[in-house]
Amino acid sequence: MREPLDLHPAADEEVNVVELRIPSRAEWVGVARLAVAGIASRLQFSIEDIEDLKLAVAEACTNCIQHASGSEAVRISCAIHPDRIVVTVQDSGKGFAGGGLAPKELGEPKVGGLGVFLIRSLMDDVDYELNPDSGTKLSMTKFLRN
Amino acid sequence: MDIKVNVRELNGERNISVVDLNGEIDVYTSPKVKETIMELIDSGHYALVINLENVRYIDSTGLGVLIGGLKRVREHSGAVNLVCTNPQIKKIFDITGLVKIFGIFDTEETACENL
Repeated sequence: MREPLDLHPAADEEVNVVELRIPSRAEWVGVARLAVAGIASRLQFSIEDIEDLKLAVAEACTNCIQHASGSEAVRISCAIHPDRIVVTVQDSGKGFAGGGLAPKELGEPKVGGLGVFLIRSLMDDVDYELNPDSGTKLSMTKFLRN
Repeated sequence: MDIKVNVRELNGERNISVVDLNGEIDVYTSPKVKETIMELIDSGHYALVINLENVRYIDSTGLGVLIGGLKRVREHSGAVNLVCTNPQIKKIFDITGLVKIFGIFDTEETACENL
């Protein structure tokens, strides 16, 4: 059993951050989700919550890869707080298909559109920014449960 | 992070094809699963059991492949049943509402019986 993570005293987002950059290619998504799973494990998230994080991060990376304009990297940043993790996935592309976040209620399931729906369902808070100049930025928060 | 795909033919009354998947189904591996399932359907196999017992992870691209396969067999009055016992994967089917469109069973035997 590991000791609880000792965060930097400043609890500053810029200090307690783990960052990863992957090529915008499908074969790298697995690396991103395993990296985030490792970080969440270190923060003592439950196995179920780690699985939720893995899937949400993978879906966000997949969206970046499928909708990015070319060879840009996908940036994954994990901000570690005492009570939560905030994972930001960012690319330089044109944004996810349809723009914005899918509605919370899923009607007739179809081939596309499940990814963002899953992210919203599995994470506690989701924030989405689409900037035509800098690309798409999706921030997802998962709180530690007692 | 890989997927192994194996197809078995059950020579009963209904000529059921069982697709065994072993590994992780994501944006990288799902094209291989899709290719196998679509080739199977295109060669006239419309009664499918897809065994996910040894699948540790599935994402929306994997779900998309399963939905695509189901749509394709339904065009021929066929059916797809799934074998799944992994609670995390069952949860994904629950969240997405796919439990309502797929038959999901704990064993291959019951999946075949209910096809």
